Amino acid sequence: MIAPLRVIGIGAWAPGAPDWQHLRGILRGEAAPDDDAPARPAGAVLPAAERRRAPDGVRLAADVAAQATAMAGIDPANLPCVFASTHGEVGITDYVCETLARAPLELSPTRFHNSVLNAPAGYWTIATGCTAASSAVTAHHRSFASGLLEAAVFACAEGKPVLFASCDVASSGPLVEMTRTTLAFGVALVLAPGASAGATMGLALSDAMDERFADGGLALPGVTGDNPANAHALALLQRFAAETTSRLRLPLSSGLSLDMEITP
Amino acid sequence: MPERIEPLAITAYSATSALGHGLAAHRAAVRDARGGLAINDFSTAPLECRIGRVAGIEEVALPANVAHWDCRNNRLAWLGLQQDGLRDAIATSVAHHGASRVALVLGTSTASIGATEDAYRRLDHGHFPADLQRPEIHTPHSLAAFVADATGITGPALTISTACSSSAKVFASAERLIRLGLIDAALVGGVDTLCDSVLFGFHSLELVSPRGCRPFDARRDGISIGEAAAFALLERVEAAPDAPRLLGHGESSDAHHMSTPHPEGRGALSALDDALARAGIRADAVDYINLHGTATPKNDEVEAKLLPRFPARTRASSTKGFTGHTLGAAGALEAVITLLAIEHGIVPPNLGCSEPMPEAAKWLALQPREQRIDVAVSNSFGFGGNNACLVFGRGETL
Repeated sequence: MIAPLRVIGIGAWAPGAPDWQHLRGILRGEAAPDDDAPARPAGAVLPAAERRRAPDGVRLAADVAAQATAMAGIDPANLPCVFASTHGEVGITDYVCETLARAPLELSPTRFHNSVLNAPAGYWTIATGCTAASSAVTAHHRSFASGLLEAAVFACAEGKPVLFASCDVASSGPLVEMTRTTLAFGVALVLAPGASAGATMGLALSDAMDERFADGGLALPGVTGDNPANAHALALLQRFAAETTSRLRLPLSSGLSLDMEITP
Repeated sequence: MPERIEPLAITAYSATSALGHGLAAHRAAVRDARGGLAINDFSTAPLECRIGRVAGIEEVALPANVAHWDCRNNRLAWLGLQQDGLRDAIATSVAHHGASRVALVLGTSTASIGATEDAYRRLDHGHFPADLQRPEIHTPHSLAAFVADATGITGPALTISTACSSSAKVFASAERLIRLGLIDAALVGGVDTLCDSVLFGFHSLELVSPRGCRPFDARRDGISIGEAAAFALLERVEAAPDAPRLLGHGESSDAHHMSTPHPEGRGALSALDDALARAGIRADAVDYINLHGTATPKNDEVEAKLLPRFPARTRASSTKGFTGHTLGAAGALEAVITLLAIEHGIVPPNLGCSEPMPEAAKWLALQPREQRIDVAVSNSFGFGGNNACLVFGRGETL
């Protein structure tokens, strides 16, 4: 059992729902996806020069992280952060592999350093002047729950608020058949130790499984695509969009689930 | 400053690198100052450089039940797990604590991207070739998912991928899981393999030495890339009071630049201070520092600015002249070399340096030296300004 955490900031980005308020409306059945919403995350928090170089996954992570920290009213400069992703910067992976197969000496140095899984953490910490610990984690289809556990454990062990973001962008090229990720989706939470008024989340490890989430979760056509981590994230957001306390059990490892009790 | 943490016992550890398979090969190479770098014979197109290639990966055959994980990175992981009784130690830990009370936290930067590169070289009408139609190996979690499958560990299984600090940070994540009582033991480590991505990628950044890395040498001209698998099993001290210990860890971000360290080493210093504070140790108690020491002009210049925090008696060396820079595996590999230094009382030399930078010369160990080492630090710094420092100690010091 992990001590309860306050959820003091939420950010989200999906096609047709470029922020948490909009996605919350969709999840509550009060709004429809906005067909005029930008097709690409804005990455507004990034300085102009960095924004030009930043790939989509970085812009997505920066957008959801900026929403969540603004809602939390916390200066990101001292806020440790954990960025999770199932596949990382897949557009860059496609470019790197295609270039290496054709003309390896033509590989772009900027795109190479953008290919690391911690590119979002790197750009975010540079943009916000964050000198705290930053991490980039993955666990394939269990990336959302595994990253959330990593962030929650950091918050409890160190007694500090932590930013958690989980983002995946659409794949391109031959890689699509392997990743089956066709839509961008991102979520961010600011978790703070100690329960009090406001949204809270209790976390525990369980050896029971909820088969409904084994290969996916809440499917929202046009929003989550085929990426199970995104579907898991959306299942959690749906509970934060609701009025009442609820529970969620997401797959964490081959032997464990992450049990959550969510009070919106 | 963070509070002091309870130390953890390192009840088993091992490394496989260009120096050989297992601890004995590493100990002998360090003692004899014999490096493992050789002329590049790996990249699919010619590239003038030296590499730290592990012998025998091509001959590794994964057992049938995990054969679907086959790729160079997972073969190296499997080879690494066969050394120094690791598999027995893991099995004992799983049996003793329960499979879901053991976590797996591994660092990697390459994962099995080499297999994805291979698929793109052999596309079949725009599709991956049949033998590589295996989605699970074309993800950055391929390594940890394979190791979980191969060891029977069913607890939390996480990949940390923060470039060259990846497999140092795994020690910190595992320590926090144990501190909160969520698990009783953790297998941590890192595995990275040679592939075109890193060879041509670092070449494109003009960071690869054409002849061989010379860490902290006045004439240093870049890194040599290597591959390695390194693992450590962490448990509470009561499990093995005499085993070497993880005493502290510190993590920070530079907030400066994606591929260049902060000029004053701000983030590196803060990670070091945090690690020493968690260990409850002052810098003057540190006997040995395993430096990140990539041999790029910038890294070593910045890292040398940390050395005046330590007394003149503290010995320091980068061991990348032995193994090459093993990137996502470097944190764990150098942690293992640091543990060997503590257990066998030997200061590893800073191989490849014949004309030391004046700023570092006072601390650099240029020759192997037998000396008791009670407390040692290992530094790891990665792209994105991602820093991690670890503090290790002898079993009986605390």
